[in-house]
Amino acid sequence: MQISVTVNGQVCQRDVEDHWTLLRLLRDGLGLTGSKEGCGAGECGACTVELNGRTVNSCLVLAVEADGGSVRTVEGEAEQGRLSRIQEAFARHHAVQCGFCTGGMVMSVRDLLQRNPQPTVREIQEGIEGNFCRCTGYAQIIEAVLDVSGQLDDSSVGDLRHV
Amino acid sequence: MSELTVVGADVPRVEAVEKLTGDALYTGDLLLPGLLHAKVKASPHARARILRIDTSRAEALPGVHAVLTGHELDHKLGLYVVDKDILAKDVVRHFGEAVAAVAAESVETASAAVELIEVEYEVLSPVLDPMEAIGDDAPLVHPDLGSYAYVEAAFSPQPGTNVAHVQRVRKGDLDRGFAEAEWVVEREYTNPSVQHVPLETHVAVVQWKAGDQVTIWTSAQSPFTVRNLFCTAMRLPLNQVRVVVPHVGGGFGGKAGIHLEPLVACLSRKAGGRPVRLQATREEEFSLLPCRSALTYRIKTGVRADGTITAQQMTMYWDAGAYADYAVNVTRASAYSASGPYEIPNAWVDAYTIYTNKPYGTAYRGFGHVEFFWGLERHMELVAHAIGMDPLEFRRRNLLKPGSRTMTGELITEHTGDPRACLDAVAAAIGYGGLTDEEREHERRTGRRVGKGVATLHKAPAMPSFTATAAVVKMSSDATVVVNVALMEIGQGCNTALAQIVAERLRFPIDRVKVAIERDTDKDPYDWQTVASKGLILSGNACLLACDDLLRQAYDVAAQVLRANVADLDHDADRVFVAHRPQESVTFAELSIGYAFPNGNGIGGPLIGVGRYIAQGLTNLDKETGQGLPALDWTYGAHGVVVDVDPDTGEFDVLAISSAYDVGRVVNPGLVRGQAIGGMVQGLGTALCEGYIYDQQGRLLNPSFTDNKIPTARDLPARLDIAVVETAQLDGPYGARGVGEHPMISVAPAIGNAIQQATGAELLHMPMRFEDVWRALRSHEPIDNWITETPAGSCRSDLPGGAGQPSPRK
Repeated sequence: MQISVTVNGQVCQRDVEDHWTLLRLLRDGLGLTGSKEGCGAGECGACTVELNGRTVNSCLVLAVEADGGSVRTVEGEAEQGRLSRIQEAFARHHAVQCGFCTGGMVMSVRDLLQRNPQPTVREIQEGIEGNFCRCTGYAQIIEAVLDVSGQLDDSSVGDLRHV
Repeated sequence: MSELTVVGADVPRVEAVEKLTGDALYTGDLLLPGLLHAKVKASPHARARILRIDTSRAEALPGVHAVLTGHELDHKLGLYVVDKDILAKDVVRHFGEAVAAVAAESVETASAAVELIEVEYEVLSPVLDPMEAIGDDAPLVHPDLGSYAYVEAAFSPQPGTNVAHVQRVRKGDLDRGFAEAEWVVEREYTNPSVQHVPLETHVAVVQWKAGDQVTIWTSAQSPFTVRNLFCTAMRLPLNQVRVVVPHVGGGFGGKAGIHLEPLVACLSRKAGGRPVRLQATREEEFSLLPCRSALTYRIKTGVRADGTITAQQMTMYWDAGAYADYAVNVTRASAYSASGPYEIPNAWVDAYTIYTNKPYGTAYRGFGHVEFFWGLERHMELVAHAIGMDPLEFRRRNLLKPGSRTMTGELITEHTGDPRACLDAVAAAIGYGGLTDEEREHERRTGRRVGKGVATLHKAPAMPSFTATAAVVKMSSDATVVVNVALMEIGQGCNTALAQIVAERLRFPIDRVKVAIERDTDKDPYDWQTVASKGLILSGNACLLACDDLLRQAYDVAAQVLRANVADLDHDADRVFVAHRPQESVTFAELSIGYAFPNGNGIGGPLIGVGRYIAQGLTNLDKETGQGLPALDWTYGAHGVVVDVDPDTGEFDVLAISSAYDVGRVVNPGLVRGQAIGGMVQGLGTALCEGYIYDQQGRLLNPSFTDNKIPTARDLPARLDIAVVETAQLDGPYGARGVGEHPMISVAPAIGNAIQQATGAELLHMPMRFEDVWRALRSHEPIDNWITETPAGSCRSDLPGGAGQPSPRK
């Protein structure tokens, strides 16, 4: 069926199969491959996008459910090639390694900071617990979120003790 | 050495921006005209004879372009022992093994076609227990083992058995060593198979064009290994096969060998040369793709009352699963490292790679060391308890030091690295040996017991003695450079570290150095593999040599331009100049693609530096004694852990992990932290919650994130402390050595040791779940049971503080 979805501010009309997920629409229908499929079962969070103001696992939402709605993906995060403050903080704090979880992680952090501009470490952990990262061990991601929310005294690299 | 400016700096990851914007392309993002989609038919049985496969209904389905079964494919694969068919032929050897495959116009059509393939099996009783598999009457997983090709210099398959390889190490005189011991302590430690869980599952896109021209796009760690093994199996010349790897979404060893590529290639060939893509589902990632081998590790240690180890006999039973893959090399590397960073004067290792009917083992971060250090460092703890000595002091007494010899005969020098500094650093960081006021208050408040434990680690790259690599540094007309290497960026940060090394050597700012992202075997210089924590030393050195080559070319031309001796030239970031008349100079931009004199005459040419580097001085190991030089370098380290444990329920939390690694030289502190924290948290997963669970028929019960949990952000300990020791590696780039795998090693035994110190629970199996601790608290085995010899018939309970209880916490 034909649906109309606003994606990153752009109205998109596409014919989709009934069984297509929102993730499939984004990747195969619209060429937005920044959202990844890590499990297809809503466990890993690599496909996290914002749908009508709330983050969802786009592998668990049917494309037709987004009809008439508004979607924001990681591709909408930078403006005119300029990184957002979240993206800049991620780069500064080595919060990216292989990058496969990064798009979904950025979307979850964005959602967290919209709801809670100064989250505690615990709240950050809860905010991104639905996003698996196998590389970083999360600590540098948490540091990036603390930094972008103005809660790091020293925004330089975390401590590496020389003995 | 002059002051370093770029090496050692906290340079942001060079490819971070495209990963943060979603622009970075991974193999699964690629689109090709005419792309077909593949699905595999997997075996529901662990061991069965294939009586009949009927693909006719699948072939008749509209949109299906190719259906394949094993009998059409006469190609055997294998890294070290060539034992695997692309699709199962006649028999299936593990749950989840591919028996047929389809390429169709859509994923849905491919899935539907797979459902239409009928397979009739005669189900056989599987060989699941490795200890039973090496029994005399066990069915053979590979009855034809004797006919398989294998790498004879390093491996020893045992035809007529389920043993794919035996590795022996012999040092000193074991009997004499045990005769000198006052105590002999023997115990067995186990751990299950574990899945790597890269967030990106394995994916390959292959186009087999007319004239046998093959292009493979794949999520591989080692593009040249894929090319070389593919061409061996397909009997094709290497220059007809091109392997291209864009960004890779994590590897951890699971993408080191050759995996989906040959199957997808054969589907493309059968589909008339249309490109075909196969991306593993998460479930397939657990059972179609390989995992980490399970291990049973038996250690018998002779020790004097003063804590000196006199002898140690080590026996490893590696459960390789259905195919040898990397498991034989894991066995080899683990055997020569099996005693850890300790000096064992009389040592004996027998390590067996054992075939069973389970998903097969491959490389996984640590390459065996995560597994055997679980046993080794729990054992060191128990030996210390057995002789009534503090475990930290016991470790210190036996650590390698300059003048020590490893089990294979390598001499340790003051440059090898400093395990003692690492151990002391973590012990100090966790306040080993006592509790702070805060920790005492925590105990009073929660009713839990706080415990502290330490564990050491070491690892050398496991690689051929002659492992080689190369780097090419090409200068453009604006004096920026592009670096080509085939070492893969899989998240570990090699592109950033190598860019720093190149910038440092050229004296350029880092933004004038780019390390190309996509790897391409047609365009990039050879690299063996992206494994083993060897990339920084080997590719780093190749980059240094390439820079020197480029500078030499630039100096040669500059000498002509400036009418000066090459020996009198120097350079800065922008120009080559005469050292004693610096105003006489020529810019790199002018030299970069050939210098033009004012009258138009040209000299020189494009500046392209080539650096080739090969591991030097290493040898094969003697097959009977294991003696030889296998190690490019040793990275030593240690972990210290603080836990609190509920003594009634066995519930516990890891409150703090402290780590220290002798990295030789920190190239980038942010990257070192990334490897350290990422490795420790992956180590937490392996220690606490991950592992394959099978039913009695060998079916994998937990191939999903629902049933096989990995750590999330909520599982981080409250305190993570990372320390580095910098004992320069003499042949490392700026003194650096690798630290990619090490942070995952020995997290588990440090936790086990801390739990034991808190409660006395003796854990011999990881993962350590709450119920395991609860059981261990209730089934406390008298320590006398595992002391097999004692002086004059005394027993552990004779010692001060005795009665078989663990030494009281100080």
